[in-house]
Amino acid sequence: MTKLTDLTMAAARDGLAKGDFTSVELTKDYLTAMEQGRELNSFIVETGDIALDMAASADEMIRAGKATAMTGIPVAVKDLFCTKNIHSCSASHILNGFKPRYESTVTANLWQDGAVMLGKTNMDEFAMGSSNETSYYGPVKNPWRATAADGRAETKDYVPGGSSGGSVTAVAAGLAAAATGTDTGGSIRQPAAFTGLVGLKPTYGRCSRWGMIAFASSLDQAGPITKTVRDAAIMMESMAGYDAKDSTSVDRTVPNYEHALTGDIRGMKIGIPREYRVDNMPEEIEKLWQQGIDWMKAAGAEIIDISLPHTKYALPTYYIVAPAEASSNLARYDGVKYGLRVEGDSLDGMYKNTRAEGFGHEVKRRILIGTYVLSAGYYDAYYLKAQKIRTLIARDFSKAYEQVDVILTPTAPSAAFAMGEKSDDPIAMYLNDVFTVPASLAGLPAISIPAGLSRDMMPLGLQLVGRAFDEETMLRAAHVLEHAAEFTAKPAIWWGEK
Amino acid sequence: MAEYLQGATGEWEIVIGLEIHAQVMSEAKLFSGASTAFGAEPNTQVSFVCCAMPGMLPVINEECIRQAVRTGLAMGCQINLRSVFDRKNYFYADLPQGYQISQFKDPIVGEGEVVIDLPDGTSRTIGVERLHLEQDAGKSMHDQHPNQTYIDLNRSGVALMEIVSMPDMRSAAEAGAYFRKIRSLVRYAGTCDGNMEQGSMRADVNVSVRRPGDEFGTRTETKNINSIRYMMQVIDYEARRQIDILEDGGSIHQETRQFDPASGTTSGLRSKEEAHDYRYFPDPDLLPLEFSQAFVDELAKSLPELPDAKKARLISDLGISDYNAAVLVAEKENADYFEDLLEKLMTKTGKDAAALATQAANWVIVDLFGALKKFSKSIVDSPVSTRDGAELLALQIDGTISGRIAKDVFELMLESGKNPEQIVEEKGLKQMSDSGELETIIDAVLADNQDKVEQYHAGKDKLFGFFVGQVMKKTRGKANPQMVNQLLRPKLDR
Repeated sequence: MTKLTDLTMAAARDGLAKGDFTSVELTKDYLTAMEQGRELNSFIVETGDIALDMAASADEMIRAGKATAMTGIPVAVKDLFCTKNIHSCSASHILNGFKPRYESTVTANLWQDGAVMLGKTNMDEFAMGSSNETSYYGPVKNPWRATAADGRAETKDYVPGGSSGGSVTAVAAGLAAAATGTDTGGSIRQPAAFTGLVGLKPTYGRCSRWGMIAFASSLDQAGPITKTVRDAAIMMESMAGYDAKDSTSVDRTVPNYEHALTGDIRGMKIGIPREYRVDNMPEEIEKLWQQGIDWMKAAGAEIIDISLPHTKYALPTYYIVAPAEASSNLARYDGVKYGLRVEGDSLDGMYKNTRAEGFGHEVKRRILIGTYVLSAGYYDAYYLKAQKIRTLIARDFSKAYEQVDVILTPTAPSAAFAMGEKSDDPIAMYLNDVFTVPASLAGLPAISIPAGLSRDMMPLGLQLVGRAFDEETMLRAAHVLEHAAEFTAKPAIWWGEK
Repeated sequence: MAEYLQGATGEWEIVIGLEIHAQVMSEAKLFSGASTAFGAEPNTQVSFVCCAMPGMLPVINEECIRQAVRTGLAMGCQINLRSVFDRKNYFYADLPQGYQISQFKDPIVGEGEVVIDLPDGTSRTIGVERLHLEQDAGKSMHDQHPNQTYIDLNRSGVALMEIVSMPDMRSAAEAGAYFRKIRSLVRYAGTCDGNMEQGSMRADVNVSVRRPGDEFGTRTETKNINSIRYMMQVIDYEARRQIDILEDGGSIHQETRQFDPASGTTSGLRSKEEAHDYRYFPDPDLLPLEFSQAFVDELAKSLPELPDAKKARLISDLGISDYNAAVLVAEKENADYFEDLLEKLMTKTGKDAAALATQAANWVIVDLFGALKKFSKSIVDSPVSTRDGAELLALQIDGTISGRIAKDVFELMLESGKNPEQIVEEKGLKQMSDSGELETIIDAVLADNQDKVEQYHAGKDKLFGFFVGQVMKKTRGKANPQMVNQLLRPKLDR
């Protein structure tokens, strides 16, 4: 018999509706799985009591016939979301012990629809990282382990990607039915690809950023991390929506995304950008991409070669814009009002002690970069120029969308790597985002779909990038790609059974 | 016009520019719904946004935008239909976000100019460079604890308009007049209460000196001046200090200075080298601010008559003197009082405004302002209402009381708070205009002063005034002086 924790969200929804099981039963199974999965370090805080209360309310909603597609579904929440009276620290020591008195709009939307909160998931500190190794709460272990050439499973740990590493690990290991993530330059899509999941970053402005601890305000977006495209569609609909409290959120009706999954992409025009064939791209990634093209063609789509000429500038542009905004966004963590304070002999001394102890290396690195590129004398050469290139990158996409409906690329240039492998080389680490960053800079929706396995049996993902606010077309294509790929592999359970 | 300072080596010209910070009159703060009311207990008017809680976002308060546009229009400035909010980054304990949201490159209001009236009766035009909106910081309280500082965030996020002048002023008097003019304009427009004691308006004062006709010298900026008197002291002190340095062969360093009211002197805070690098960049939490010309036009329509227009109208339509018109319009409350008084007086007397305006203006400026000054009261809490003022003037105009009695009645109104008709009634101060009654009194005066009558007949004409005085004395001032004249002369000349 299938374990309840193996069900997709859509299947769990149907089972709850039919009365096959209750949300309390489902939640209890997840809480047990969470306990067994603690060594993965995917949760910073488990909220079991709250989960059971919420599950009981969800069962009430279901009995009263007031259920939505999310009602009774146990989800994990990235620690970056402020959740009322519950630890919300963006995995940083500087927010030590911080419990907000308010609930982020995105999570409030989920609770409104009856979803159940299992806990707060680990992440790279302030979402700065691509491996979940920068968390103050320690690295998260990918449930997937590579298979060595001799066919035996490796025993070393792999990174789950980042920054939403705890969220993907929770879902991939069956510790949550789905999870919220946030994506600034790839933080939903790359970890989803590393763990065989679906990760959706919506159009900038689709989800409210109110109550999300800011990394880079002009890029940050919340999105779902799920087992399937259908689950992503269901959860996206619940999370999205205009919010007057976020001036950058956009007032547009949220469509029924699940209805977009027709399975029919005949005549859809799929763009293949030539600039994404980067140097040193592993052959298996190249092959997977070609495979994706073939699947789409077989489904009746039209494949069109396109050019996004400013792609090569995307990564350097991103690593100017994002740190610049971050350096300012993180200025509020000064020891005065909340979180960590390390006393000093003066105000400046207190600032220095607090920020030296409170921020990790990667965060400090980005604050320094950001401060530098905004400084008098450097602003024009770095920040201003980066903004101009950002406009050009966005223009590349708008031109492409005159010809095509969605764009297909790999999600990441490699499969998950071993823990510690890149932590001393920031440039190598930043290169993980090479395919995800352009869509972030252009504010476009993008989704990663599990599409295959690497030579050593680690998951690989393909990315679809859609037109602004056209998540529907993108989801329809993603759904077809998902079915063509028939990705059914699961990580062998090695945790929790010592 | 040009007012030069005499140094040991020749003449110097002062060049002054002002940055005026005016708190926007609005219920809520610039980017949050927290209240802006003055005088609340510390940290009771603080939203999650005002104290920079993680994940909180600014949302523009539209009323503050309207107020900034109104102010720009009142100063005759260009209104920018697109402007941008930037972050000005610096660390301070009372700046919770670690940055102030301000406008740097693209302010909401651009160039304009205002006319100032100087004490010698001349006028000058002073350029306004820009007006931008920004958040106020909180307040650090260093006197609450021996070795700790307390922070009050009630002011954090309150909307300020920074109004930057061109370096067009040449004396402390001009700077004072300019500041008063801006204060008058914002109060007319209803965009700032202009209350300097509560910190609603304060100025950063930029001063430099130069030889007449030379290029601008290096300036110093003295921060946070909250009274016009202090501002004028700063200018005089700074000019003299800079001249002394330059004449001794020294040079002026661009720096920020602070003013010490106790000694009337300024001292250095930080030099340009130590100046903050504010790392301005557009706030990514806020979209550029855009509105239509129609929005601006609508606000222009809602503005009241402004002081310059009002002054011109008082002079041309009502025949009020230039000086009196300037005095009446300078403060909106004075102009409001005057116009309300005039309207009530018109109703009471049935006469038109032009026939009454000069008398009403004189009464407001001489009698009322004199009394307010004596009691240290402002016109908004004037002990005499416009209704009672109009009644007093009307009693005079219709001949019920004389001008002299009117002054007495006014004194009694101030003392008792009673209305003039009541006072006139109770004290029997009605003017005696009954000719029979007056004739009896005149006859009695003449009979009592036969010797003086003889002297008068002998050619001592000046005694006429003596007889008038005696009649007034006997009637305790109530006799209608014109009638006394008319009745007395034929009796004496007979």
